[in-house]
Amino acid sequence: MNNTILKVSGLSMHFGGIQALKQLDLEVNRGEIVALIGPNGAGKTTFFNCVTGIYNPTEGDVILHTLQGKTSRLNGLKPNKVTEKGMARTFQNIRLFQSMTVLENVMIGRHCRTHSFILGAILRTPGNRQEEQAIIERSHEILEIVGLADEVDNYARNLSYGAQRRLEIARALATDPSLLLLDEPAAGMNPQETQELVQLILRLRDQGYSILLIEHDMKLVMTLSNRIYVMDYGEKIAQGTPEEIQSNPVVIKAYLGEDLDA
Amino acid sequence: MISFEELKRSFLVSLWFVFLTFPILVIKANPIERTIIWRWENMFFVAIGSFVLSILIRVVNTQKTKRLERRSASDSDTTTSEPLIQVILQNPRYLYPLAGAVTVFALVFPYLFDTYQTNIMTTALMYVVLGLGLNIVVGMAGLLDLGFVAFYAVGAYSYALLNAHFGIGFWMALPIGALFAASFGIILGFPVLRLRGDYLAIVTLGFGEIIRLILENWNEFSQGPSGISNIPRPGMFGIELSLEAAILYIYYIMVALVIVTIFVVNRLQDSRLGRAWIALREDEIACQAMGIDKTKTKLTAFALGATWAGMMGVIFAAKTTFINPASFTFLESAIILSIVVLGGMGSILGVIVGALVLILLPEYLRALSDYRMLAFGAILVVMMIFKPQGIISNVRRTYKYQKQKSGDVQ
Repeated sequence: MNNTILKVSGLSMHFGGIQALKQLDLEVNRGEIVALIGPNGAGKTTFFNCVTGIYNPTEGDVILHTLQGKTSRLNGLKPNKVTEKGMARTFQNIRLFQSMTVLENVMIGRHCRTHSFILGAILRTPGNRQEEQAIIERSHEILEIVGLADEVDNYARNLSYGAQRRLEIARALATDPSLLLLDEPAAGMNPQETQELVQLILRLRDQGYSILLIEHDMKLVMTLSNRIYVMDYGEKIAQGTPEEIQSNPVVIKAYLGEDLDA
Repeated sequence: MISFEELKRSFLVSLWFVFLTFPILVIKANPIERTIIWRWENMFFVAIGSFVLSILIRVVNTQKTKRLERRSASDSDTTTSEPLIQVILQNPRYLYPLAGAVTVFALVFPYLFDTYQTNIMTTALMYVVLGLGLNIVVGMAGLLDLGFVAFYAVGAYSYALLNAHFGIGFWMALPIGALFAASFGIILGFPVLRLRGDYLAIVTLGFGEIIRLILENWNEFSQGPSGISNIPRPGMFGIELSLEAAILYIYYIMVALVIVTIFVVNRLQDSRLGRAWIALREDEIACQAMGIDKTKTKLTAFALGATWAGMMGVIFAAKTTFINPASFTFLESAIILSIVVLGGMGSILGVIVGALVLILLPEYLRALSDYRMLAFGAILVVMMIFKPQGIISNVRRTYKYQKQKSGDVQ
């Protein structure tokens, strides 16, 4: 099982009497792009929140095998610990640090990989300066990958919508993740921006990142993903390759309703 | 330039002000002689004054919009005219000589002005440091703290009590007071870790009041409302200083402390920790998701902010030689918070200017005697209307990136 990056088994989440997730299993292998789809309210974002530690799942296991060969159980950990273990995410509604510059946003991502603290900051020791410079260099490299190198000194709030989405990805990349979780990365993008995003995600996969994404844009999902999981009412109703999913009657029913005439 | 419509509006504004100020400024009752004096001339002044002010504001506003229109029309993206102050701040060629000049002025200040002025300036400098301390908590980390004065009190009472019971001197008390205040910062920090915004404000407000009430009521510990007197002034190698020399001495201690504070806070702001604070202010969930430990970051903000308040408490006790709980009321917290908000949240220079304005202005407005605080309030209101982001807003710094790793950071 060396090939698996993320293994989620039997994940359940209750909010009081409401069961948002029921016994969900999911796997992401190394170098794969996996999509999680489903109608609105199916529990996709809840799933992300459970996996990344924002919620503490009621039942189940989330196991991460990092590229560095470490295995860790993630459920119950705080979000910052989850990120430290090697899993980073973006948000459905953009959550950038608006009044910081583009470069600083990415530099925040380097936080959990660096160590300087109060004394280091005040005394600015050579080691501290080196670390700071390394943060700047690495952040700049990442911004070049996502194509925002020209905007480094701009404020995050001044970026166009598509660029803000890419900056979120850059920020997540800066944490050196083994697995990248993208929550509706193409939401609200125009066709041109979506095309650029597809190129970016494919480039990231080629660089060795594994990606799990939630998306509503079916064209994007079908062209990008190696495998697809379909959810409805908190349950997994199907899984398989894009071709299998497209012809799966259960999936079609979930999306279009019971009476399928046309 | 001014349309009839605008004149009409200004006229209505002045009428409204006349109506509002009528009971206070026009009617004056003399309860002993049971007479009422009608001061109609005051009504006249209010009417004229508010009318002229209102017209002025309108003119300034129209010119501002015109300027903005012209700027967007001429498409001056490449040469955006930044405010002069930001140009100076971002260019070391201007900044260093200016900082040097200010330092020199601060050093010769006591010889240019009398002892009274020096004393006021010392107080103003104390508020500069207090403001910079609170700026870490409120301005950078975005944690609205209304009980900041509690840490100030902790510092002051640390020195007063340690001196009374154990004879500990000023220079020993300074770091101890800071340390005590920092621990209190952490003690306050733990229960409020989950709170934000309004809720946090209420809890910190309560914390400030609790500290004050303890000091007021626990007589055996703090001698209650009668306070602690005969606190020694700072010692200088055991030399006995005259009152004037002591004032001068404390002034120089304060100048040194302000410089140290600016140095430290500036470095913190541009560090890994400073960025984490700002990220925490901007978006708590995203901040955590990016691998920042929320608990640690919040606690350091509280502790480091409180440290400065503790130090200033020690200085305050040494300066006035007498402290009682009445010096540490909510008003004090409110003033320090106004310094931060008025100066510009998160901006170091802004907070410094804010402190000087807020503390020195009431002193120099003494010429207006009775109307001093009224004028002061009016100035604050006008300032917040015209510059809601503070006197000097914070501009994030930019970083130099070199392909050849020369390690040069601007």
